Amino acid sequence: MDEPVRIDCQNVEVWYGSKQALHGISIRIPSNRVTALIGPSGCGKSTFLRCLNRMNDLVPGARTRGSILLDGEDILSPATDVVDLRRRVGMVFQRWNPFPKSVFDNVAYGPRIHGIRDKARLAEIVEDALRKASLWDEVKDRLRSSALELSGGQQQRLCIARALAVEPEVLLMDEPASALDPISTARLEDLIGELKERYTIVIVTHNMQQAARVSDYTGFFYMGRLVEYDRTQTIFTSPAQEQTEAYITGRFG
Amino acid sequence: MRAKRVWSALGRSWLVLSTVLVVAVLVLFLVHIARQGWQVMGWEFLTDRPRRGMTQGGIFPAIAGTALVSLLTVVFSLPLGVGAAIYLTEYAPDNRATRWIRLAIRNLSGVPSIVYGLFGVVLFVDLLGLGTSLLSAGLTLGLLTLPWIITASEEALKSVPRAYRDGALALGATRWQAVRTVVLPPALPGILTGAILGLSRAAGETAPILFTGVAFFLPFAPTSLSDQFMALPYHLYILSTQHHSLEKVRPIAYGTALVLVGLVFTLNLTAFAVRSRMRRRLETAR
Amino acid sequence: MRDSIPVTRRRFRAGERLMEGVLALCGYTSVLVLAGIFVLLLWQGARAFREVPLWEFLTTARWDPTSPEGARYGIGSMVASTFLVTLGAMAFTVPLGIGVAAYLSEFAPARVREVLKPAVEMLAAIPSVVVGFIGIVVVGPAIARLFGLPNGLTALNGAVLLTVMALPTAVSLSEDALRAVPRDHRLASLALGANPWETLVKVTLPAAAPGILAAMMLAMGRAIGETMTVLMATGNAPAFPSGFLSPVRTMTATIAIELGEVPHGTAHYFALFAVGFALFVISFVVNWVADWFIRRGRRAR
Repeated sequence: MDEPVRIDCQNVEVWYGSKQALHGISIRIPSNRVTALIGPSGCGKSTFLRCLNRMNDLVPGARTRGSILLDGEDILSPATDVVDLRRRVGMVFQRWNPFPKSVFDNVAYGPRIHGIRDKARLAEIVEDALRKASLWDEVKDRLRSSALELSGGQQQRLCIARALAVEPEVLLMDEPASALDPISTARLEDLIGELKERYTIVIVTHNMQQAARVSDYTGFFYMGRLVEYDRTQTIFTSPAQEQTEAYITGRFG
Repeated sequence: MRAKRVWSALGRSWLVLSTVLVVAVLVLFLVHIARQGWQVMGWEFLTDRPRRGMTQGGIFPAIAGTALVSLLTVVFSLPLGVGAAIYLTEYAPDNRATRWIRLAIRNLSGVPSIVYGLFGVVLFVDLLGLGTSLLSAGLTLGLLTLPWIITASEEALKSVPRAYRDGALALGATRWQAVRTVVLPPALPGILTGAILGLSRAAGETAPILFTGVAFFLPFAPTSLSDQFMALPYHLYILSTQHHSLEKVRPIAYGTALVLVGLVFTLNLTAFAVRSRMRRRLETAR
Repeated sequence: MRDSIPVTRRRFRAGERLMEGVLALCGYTSVLVLAGIFVLLLWQGARAFREVPLWEFLTTARWDPTSPEGARYGIGSMVASTFLVTLGAMAFTVPLGIGVAAYLSEFAPARVREVLKPAVEMLAAIPSVVVGFIGIVVVGPAIARLFGLPNGLTALNGAVLLTVMALPTAVSLSEDALRAVPRDHRLASLALGANPWETLVKVTLPAAAPGILAAMMLAMGRAIGETMTVLMATGNAPAFPSGFLSPVRTMTATIAIELGEVPHGTAHYFALFAVGFALFVISFVVNWVADWFIRRGRRAR
């Protein structure tokens, strides 16, 4: 890979109890690019995504092996502080999950738990994050109303703003558009294109057109293995593996 | 075929009759107590102390004693119970030790209340030297209500969507920060329900306070934690079995029963209302 | 600016650790309390056996600690009384409890159920003294009239009243067990031409049996441990019961009556703790059996 690498994974394996969910995943994720992970459901793409901020730690009985270097530091090491890690590696979930609080308090949540109390500073961070998530114009007059009153697409962008407010370097997105209508999806995809200027983005999707539209690199997962990983254009025009081709042409999955 | 139909009809009437019987008995009891108790009810009955060997006057010290001991109970068991529930739902690993905790909670909820009374006598009255007092009785009832508070709080915490926890943790919140900021607030109404039910249970219990702090007769409400106190259930017990002229105090006994049942039912209905409001709110949140 | 924080240096968060410790302590309180009850009651109860032969305590029936011819500490008649009253209560509770639970879960219209289920749970909220009081003023006199007794404060009175105390547990948990039976089972039975009653008897009740047994065990546990109701309504004659129409004095009632009057530290005082310990063990066993049924029911599913 001829680009600066942000996350370098070597031989990552995950077990849930005695069941192995990931087999020897090695992948290098470039800085300030969008990397899409595709594959049929249950292929391990979400499991892999959740390794990158150690959310798998929360699953009882889950074990992870291998090494994942974030800017050269091994985040799988027992010495890793997962709280700091998750501040640097933000995550957006498949089903938007704003807290039952106001729009403002949702975005200010991260900065607040990290100790920012100053009101002016918080207001600044919130506005900045909402602008980056291109939500500011829609919600600037209703910052105090409940986040649950926003539309689905707005709630999802609010969750992105919430993640951006803690200034992460990497943004993980787990099928962020799978429950959105087409218009909201299009807006979200535009947003992803804007965000890659500042962030390294890893997005899991089962929508191949979406992967083709938004990503620079694409990895194809199948049955817990990374079958193929390359530039998105290459994957979608001349994949090296037959399985990849079969999947992207819709023959299974 | 005919026999089959007869059996079926008989069986179904058993079900319906059982239900009607149970409901009818409940209603009859309550109506009886309400009608008889209503005759002595009045401002004086609620605010005056017992007079002339309890044959006249009111039951104020018993009302005050029950209110105080119940509040004290919840003051002890609520923090402990909510803490335990948070530990079990948010922290406890799935291992043998945790299963022991759950087993202990289930067993505690089946321990007879008089056994709690004995335990309170040894531990609080004697060993800790608190004497027969409001404090000893409150602590004893606190332990008695603990399993109920834990169970109710746990249910409330479990009803909070996992996504809230994940969202907070993914933002770099520590576990306690996540619990404090996004898990506890939506669980509060449910926890409140548990607390109210604990209050109601503490108000109705007699056996645990029998030897730990309740008094036969006191002219006033207790003024300190080391005072003994009168309590509605114990007062009813005295009036209906221990008094020298049972027939003469019967109207007051009915009045006491009505106040006690009224108190307990009000608390339960409040808890019920809080719970159903919370359910509706959680549903609209999804 | 944050980019400079190295993540591979685990930070020590004192507040976080402290909180976790405090919460764990709250969690383990229940274990401590249960163990504490066991140890303290055993300790106090065991001290009785310096003066009272354990064998006499366990195997004889006569309880008369203040007898001028020498104190007697046989637990037999009060255990018999407890079981007599409890079994009487269960004889009413089982058919009624299953009846109400089956009606609520299988036949009641949704609106009836919505009203009745909370109503049954409200029954559980009635304080036991109030039930005992009802026994004195309503049920007892009715029994006296019905059987031509001078006084209705008998084991039967206690059994009827304990039914009131045990029913909410029995109904509520049995109904949960019945509702946990998958719908498909019922539909399959109905599709084969069975009527709703047959479906209940042949399919739903057997499938819910472990849960219902557990419910009945827990209800029985409540009846065994109930104090005020039996204390007020069963006459408290400390003799071996001769039947449902005789007055009885249960284990709980004996403790309640005597503990307030004996001087602390005497053999009589400690003997009451021994009775309390026996009661604790009995309720523990009953709960344990209920637990076993619940686990069995879960595994079967």
